Amino acid sequence: MANLLEIENLRTYFEENGSIVRAVDGVDLSVSETEVVGLVGESGSGKTTVANSLLRILPEAGKIVAGRMIFKAINIRELSEKEMQSKIRGTEISMIFQDPQVSLNPLFTVGEQITSVLKLHQHIGRKEARAKAINLFRKVEVSDPESRFRSYPHELSGGMIQRVTIAMAMSCQPSLIIADEPTTALDVTIQNQVLNEFKNLISEIGVSVLWITHDLGVIKRVCDYVNVMYAGTLMEQGAVETVFENPLHPYTHGLLGSNPIQYRPKSKIPTVIGELREIPLQGCKFYPRCPIRNEDCLQETINLREVNENHRIRCIRAEDAEALLRSRNHDLQGAC
Amino acid sequence: MLDIIDVVPVYTAETEGIPWNEAIVEVNHLKKYYTVRKRVIDKILTKKQKYVRAVDDISFVIRKGETFGLVGESGCGKSTLGRCVLRLESLTAGDVKVFGQNIHPLSDKKLKNFRKQAQVVFQNPYSSLPPHKTLGNMLKEVVAYHKTAERDMLKEYCRDLLDRVGLSETLYTRRPRALSGGQRQRAAIARALATEPKFVVLDEPVTALDVSVQAQILNLLVELQKERDLTYLFIAHDLSVIRHVSDTVGVMYLGKLVELAPSKELFEKRLHPYTKLLMSSSPLLSEVYEIDRVELTGEVPSPIDLPAGCRFHTRCPFASSSCRQKEPELIAVNNGHFVSCFLATQ
Repeated sequence: MANLLEIENLRTYFEENGSIVRAVDGVDLSVSETEVVGLVGESGSGKTTVANSLLRILPEAGKIVAGRMIFKAINIRELSEKEMQSKIRGTEISMIFQDPQVSLNPLFTVGEQITSVLKLHQHIGRKEARAKAINLFRKVEVSDPESRFRSYPHELSGGMIQRVTIAMAMSCQPSLIIADEPTTALDVTIQNQVLNEFKNLISEIGVSVLWITHDLGVIKRVCDYVNVMYAGTLMEQGAVETVFENPLHPYTHGLLGSNPIQYRPKSKIPTVIGELREIPLQGCKFYPRCPIRNEDCLQETINLREVNENHRIRCIRAEDAEALLRSRNHDLQGAC
Repeated sequence: MLDIIDVVPVYTAETEGIPWNEAIVEVNHLKKYYTVRKRVIDKILTKKQKYVRAVDDISFVIRKGETFGLVGESGCGKSTLGRCVLRLESLTAGDVKVFGQNIHPLSDKKLKNFRKQAQVVFQNPYSSLPPHKTLGNMLKEVVAYHKTAERDMLKEYCRDLLDRVGLSETLYTRRPRALSGGQRQRAAIARALATEPKFVVLDEPVTALDVSVQAQILNLLVELQKERDLTYLFIAHDLSVIRHVSDTVGVMYLGKLVELAPSKELFEKRLHPYTKLLMSSSPLLSEVYEIDRVELTGEVPSPIDLPAGCRFHTRCPFASSSCRQKEPELIAVNNGHFVSCFLATQ
C-alpha cells in the first residue's frame, strides 16, 4: 500500500513566557491509502498539536521547528499559506473537531455552512450545493435532512450535530480526514451509534483517517494501526491486534491495564504512578512514571526500534522487563 | 419469564426490612421539577406551565457502608438527585431522610451538623476548588469551622489529611492552579474528608481525568471507604467505573429509576432493555458479560415533553402497544432486584 501521508521527525514547540514547551518532539508516523490510523494519548501528550501542525493551524505561539510532512509527494511544511488554503485544507485534508457546538458558527444554519464549503472548494452553484448537502446528510443518517438543513447548531442534539460535522468533513471528498476526538463529547449510547455509522461510511467511501483519541476502546474498534503518544513522542506503534494483544512498552501496558473492568469490584487496580507532569530533558520521557526503569534509561536519547514486523517501541528495557510486567499483572489479578 | 415474588412498588427501608440505623439515606417518592420560563406568546395564549421533570418519583435506600452507584446518560437527572440528597436543591415533592432525619426542612443548627456528616466531591476539580486559597488554608478553614480537630493540632491534622490522599507536604502552600487534574481531585477529596463525614456524594469524580489517573483515584476512594467506614452515593455515566465501586446500582433514564439491583446481579442478570443498551455500548463490558448488540434508533426525548407510556419506548427495540400507553412501575422480580419494564415482569 502506498503511503498517503508520511510524517518524519515532526517537532512543534510553543514559546510560553520565554520558556519553550516541546509539545511535539520528534513524531514519525504514516497513513496509507484507505487506512484508519489511531493516535492515542492522555491529555497534554501533544496529539492535537500533531493534527494542527498537519493543517498548519497552530496558534501564534506554536512553531514547527523541524521535520517533514509529506502528503501525496508534497511537503506540507513548505507550502505557502495561499496554497494550503486552496489545495489542502478542506479539499484534500479535512478535520472533525471534538466539540461541534464550538467548531460550527452559531449564527448560520448548518445548511448555509456546509454549502459555503461546497461552493468555495468545488465551485458549484447554490442549488447544486444544496442538493449535494442534503444527500450528504442522508448518508450520515441525519434524520429528516431537508428540515435539518435549515436548523441552527443550537437546535440540534449532540449526536445530530456531530453527524453534520462528519458530513461537512466528507463534503469535498478529501483523501484524508483528521478526526480529533469526534465522539468523546457524546453520551455512551449515542457515541456507539455515531461510531458505527462513521466506521461504515469510512469503509464505504474508502477515505484514510487519522483518528485522535484518548480512548483505547475506540481505537480497538475502528483503527487498523495505532500510535501511542506520550509527552510529545511516540512510545509504541503497530497494528492494532499486535499492540492490544502484546503491548511491549510499559506505558501501553499501564494504559491497557488501568481499565477497571478487568478486575474484581473494589479490588486494587494496578496503575501507572504519577501523572504526565515532569519530563526529563534527556533520555526516556516516561522515566518518572515507569515501573521498570533503571539508570540506563536516562543516559542517552532512546529511539523507536523495530521489535517485530510492523511493531516499534521506544524503550530499552522492554524485553528484560516483559516477564516482570506479566507476573506483576498476573499477581494482581490473582489477588483480587 | 421470571416469577414476581412480591409486587412492591417502591424500594424503601421498610419494605426491604432494613433496620433504621442501617439505612443512611432514604429517598421516598422524590420529585424535582424545574419550571420552564414561558414565552410571551404562551402567556398571552395562557398556555399551561411546563416543567422539566429532572427527578420524577424516585425511591431508594442506601445502606450503611455501601456504595450506591447511580448511572445514566447526561440529562437523566442523576446529578439533580445527588443534589437533592445533600439539600443543595429544594424538593418538589416527596422526602429525603439522611441518618434517619428528614433533611427538608432542617433548622440552622441541625443543618450545620448535617453538612459536617454529609459531604460531596464534584466532577470538575478545576472549578470546585477556590482558586485564590492555598490547599492548607482551604482545609484549615473547613476543619476550624466544623471543629474536627483541636486548634493547636489544626496544621498537623491538615497535613495528615493531604498525606492520606496522596499529596506531598510541599503542596500545602500551593494554590489549585499549580496542581494537575488528578492532584486537584485528590485535594477535593481531602476537603470532603476534612469534616470526617459518614456519607459522601461523589458526582462523576473521575470523569474529567485521564485513564491512568482515573484508576489511581478509584483505588483511593475504595481504600478510604474501607478505612473510614464511609457510605457513598457514586454518580457516573461509565458502567465499568460503576461496576468497580458499587454494591447496589440504580439505572436512571429521564428522571426515573428503570432498574435497581445489587451490583453483581444487575450486571449478570440485567433485565431492562436500557440497561442492556448501556452495557452493549461498551465493547469491553459486552465482552465480559456476553451481551448481544442492542441496536437502537432515535434520540433521547426532551424531559419537558415526555412521551406517554414508558419513557424508553421511543428508543426501545421491543416496545409494544401497551408500552406506549401505560407507564410501567418499578417492580421486584427477585430479592432486591427491581425493574420497570412490562416485558421483563410479565
